[in-house]
Amino acid sequence: MVTAYLAAGIAILITMALGLTRALLGPTVFDRILAVNMFGTKAVLLVSVFAYFSGRPDFLDIALLYSLLNFVGVIAALRLVERGKHFANPKESCYEPHGEKR
Amino acid sequence: MSLLINLFLLGFLLIIAIAVMRIHNLMAMAMLFGLYSLLVSGLFVVLDAPDVAFTEAAVGTGISTVLMLVTLASLRNSHEARYPGRLKKGPLLLSLLMGAMLVYGTHDIARLGEPSAPVHQQVGKHYVEKGQQETGIPNLVTAVLASYRGFDTLGEVTVVLTAGLAVLMLLTRPRKPHIKMEARNDP
Repeated sequence: MVTAYLAAGIAILITMALGLTRALLGPTVFDRILAVNMFGTKAVLLVSVFAYFSGRPDFLDIALLYSLLNFVGVIAALRLVERGKHFANPKESCYEPHGEKR
Repeated sequence: MSLLINLFLLGFLLIIAIAVMRIHNLMAMAMLFGLYSLLVSGLFVVLDAPDVAFTEAAVGTGISTVLMLVTLASLRNSHEARYPGRLKKGPLLLSLLMGAMLVYGTHDIARLGEPSAPVHQQVGKHYVEKGQQETGIPNLVTAVLASYRGFDTLGEVTVVLTAGLAVLMLLTRPRKPHIKMEARNDP
């Protein structure tokens, strides 16, 4: 069972590394938001795997809190990209605010 | 496994810290700060401090990131930050010195869970043994926070309240009451 947890943990860590790469490279704002969201999800998974690995399932509460925060954070980021006019670079954004001509 | 997770998380932290310095896009900077704090709270979980991890996740990842994004969204020129890429020698030296001193200072910290550490020798023992009789509060942490350190907690709460009020005042635009003038169309 320990080997299974270890394998799952390593796989999650590698996925986190891939998501981090996309968040750092990501040409558009939306790439970065998606990558950060995925990184947060992987953090939730990592905390859950670690909780069961170390034999304390009550750490799952922290995983729940992470997932809530991740959700709220991504929603806030997207709303603010929508609101802030000069927020996203007009050249890289695929969002057209209310048919405004650029 | 905790060694592995520690190594990976610290590596991610280092990468993110360097990227935050290098990147020009302010939005990406704010998001990366959120990730940084998420990783730090992950480290707290591995270090067996779930309550600190809770606080760090709620404050660092949640509120700080959202506040930073709100600030960026209400600025006019918030897409990029331009600064000269030269490395200044003085501040670099100062921060390296500071880091070296901090690392040197960690040698004096008692090992984790050592019974002869000052934490387990002095007032802590008294709190554990007499806390319930003296305060009448069943939960020991609550007894320490609300009774033994009552004034400290009061000060903290005042600081938090003031900070919250200041943020609210900054974020909500002052909307003056608009009194509608009666249309005077006397004949």
